[in-house]
Amino acid sequence: MTNTQSAAAGSSSEAPANTKSDDGATRRRSVFAGLITRPETGGILSALAVFLFFAVLAGKSGFLSPLGTAYWLDTAADLGIMAIPIAMLMIAGEFDLSVGSMVGAASIIVGICTGYFGLDPWIGVGFAFLAAVAVGLLNGFLVVRTKLPSFIVTLSTMFMVTGGALGISIGITGSSSISAVATGSANFVFAAKWYEFNIALVHWIIIAGVAIWVMQRTPFGNWIYATGGSLDTARLAGVPTNRVKMILFLCTSIGAAFVGVMETYTFQNASVTLGAQYVFSGIAACVIGGLLLTGGYGSLLGTVFGAMTYGIVSMGVFFLGWNSELTDLFIGLLLLLAVLANARLRQFAMGR
Amino acid sequence: MATPIVELRGISKHFQGVQAVNDLSLSVEAGQVLCLLGENGAGKSTVIKILTGVERPSSGDVLIDGEVSHLVSPRHARERGIATVYQEIGTLPLMSVARNFVLAAEPTKGRGPFRRLDIEEAGRIALAGLRELGISRVHDAGQLVGTLSGGERQALAIARALHFGARVLVLDEPTAALGVRESATVLKLIHTVRQRGVAVVFITHNAYHAYSVGDHFVVMRRGEMSASFDKADKPIGEVIELMAGGAELRSLLSAAEAGVMGPATAGV
Repeated sequence: MTNTQSAAAGSSSEAPANTKSDDGATRRRSVFAGLITRPETGGILSALAVFLFFAVLAGKSGFLSPLGTAYWLDTAADLGIMAIPIAMLMIAGEFDLSVGSMVGAASIIVGICTGYFGLDPWIGVGFAFLAAVAVGLLNGFLVVRTKLPSFIVTLSTMFMVTGGALGISIGITGSSSISAVATGSANFVFAAKWYEFNIALVHWIIIAGVAIWVMQRTPFGNWIYATGGSLDTARLAGVPTNRVKMILFLCTSIGAAFVGVMETYTFQNASVTLGAQYVFSGIAACVIGGLLLTGGYGSLLGTVFGAMTYGIVSMGVFFLGWNSELTDLFIGLLLLLAVLANARLRQFAMGR
Repeated sequence: MATPIVELRGISKHFQGVQAVNDLSLSVEAGQVLCLLGENGAGKSTVIKILTGVERPSSGDVLIDGEVSHLVSPRHARERGIATVYQEIGTLPLMSVARNFVLAAEPTKGRGPFRRLDIEEAGRIALAGLRELGISRVHDAGQLVGTLSGGERQALAIARALHFGARVLVLDEPTAALGVRESATVLKLIHTVRQRGVAVVFITHNAYHAYSVGDHFVVMRRGEMSASFDKADKPIGEVIELMAGGAELRSLLSAAEAGVMGPATAGV
């Protein structure tokens, strides 16, 4: 009979009835498992580890000073704002590689409107967000309709967005980089600063808070987990999986545009190449934060700590006076460790 | 005789010239287990797809509560009370019992922008649903479904369907990937569900499993009904032989004994 051959797939316990002693063991294990299999544990541990590492090595060089703290928090905030919607999309089982190009596109749109044409800073913001909505809808539509892997779909939109932004920028201004200064309310919303702490930190806290609430405490969050857990199961249960994906592709694009606008007005300079690195560091922050590349599992709190890890490492390396390229070496190593740990964690969570 | 909840009357279905089902009629009443048997390719899955609104028949009628009904989608079928429980994709292993149970019909509390998932309520109804099916080993609604046994996962999927108003459960090979003990759990579930007045369409390869819970049996062969009988009409031996293809096996055996069967046909 084929039953016995495939039994392993369905159940692990063929053994005779397990009674009290076995139950006790299960419960003890589940308390322990509950602690270490929380998906954000990895992110918290890695942020803590790199913080201690650089506190010891670079503490005297200013890493622990208010300035050093502001620097790494600012770095983490920009990445963290990007990473939150990326994480939600990854939990739903999709990637968006076009986010990096969207940061640059939003930046140059703001630059052209504000810096080149001298329009009100909010007009540039409006156009940047419109472009983000268009790119997000295009990504979502292509992925949902063609059923192609989002990896390849958004890789092509990444090229299209960068190329388009570059073409428009060169065509209008003759340059791929323009200075852009925000004034008034736009300057406050996107570029306010207290000491060296950017307003990005406030945005990050609000966005992360709302997103965590959505994931943990709303039906939509449940749908996101289900969509990434198994598309067929979710759809059969009645989850509007296409709508879920469309909304999340919109979120990643808008999140990227938001960071693009923020960094442009903060640095007072717009550039097509701004934020290109966020494609990789965004996904890295998510994975270090405990997200599975296959979707369906993970926590946004982990993503917050993943972004912190990145901020700590890049500023720690800076304060140590090392070559800044070493940041990537560190992040690469952490990423590798995280992927390995996540795979184990998942098995543990599944009780295998 | 009570009106069947679901009835197929003279159903035929062809796909691009291939006749998948030919003039098939069957019905299932409340509290009855209909076993649909047959080899791979006999047309069972097409019948399931028609029953659950995935496919529309080329000819013939689907009747629900005695009225002709055109099921246009699985969602439509579900609204009419026909739910399918799939073995592999019935539940999400990386989500909790509670979240699985309420998926796409989440209970909420609060209003406006503060309307939120009522996770406690979700846990309560999930555990209550499981207990009603006799699954008492699951105490923690926050437990990931991947940590449950195969039988418990089936129970969760079935409890979920019942909670959302299923009157007919279509179980497609629910015991195929399970071991002996887990299969027994699922068969017990079918028994419990029937006693609650739910109609069950049970698709299986396993004649023993079918006989242990079935009331009525339909055997399909090459898209047609090759046998249809009640449990009371035939003794177990005959039923099992019929369902297991005993006659064919015997003729094969005798052919082999007679030395007729060459190596070319040995694998058939």
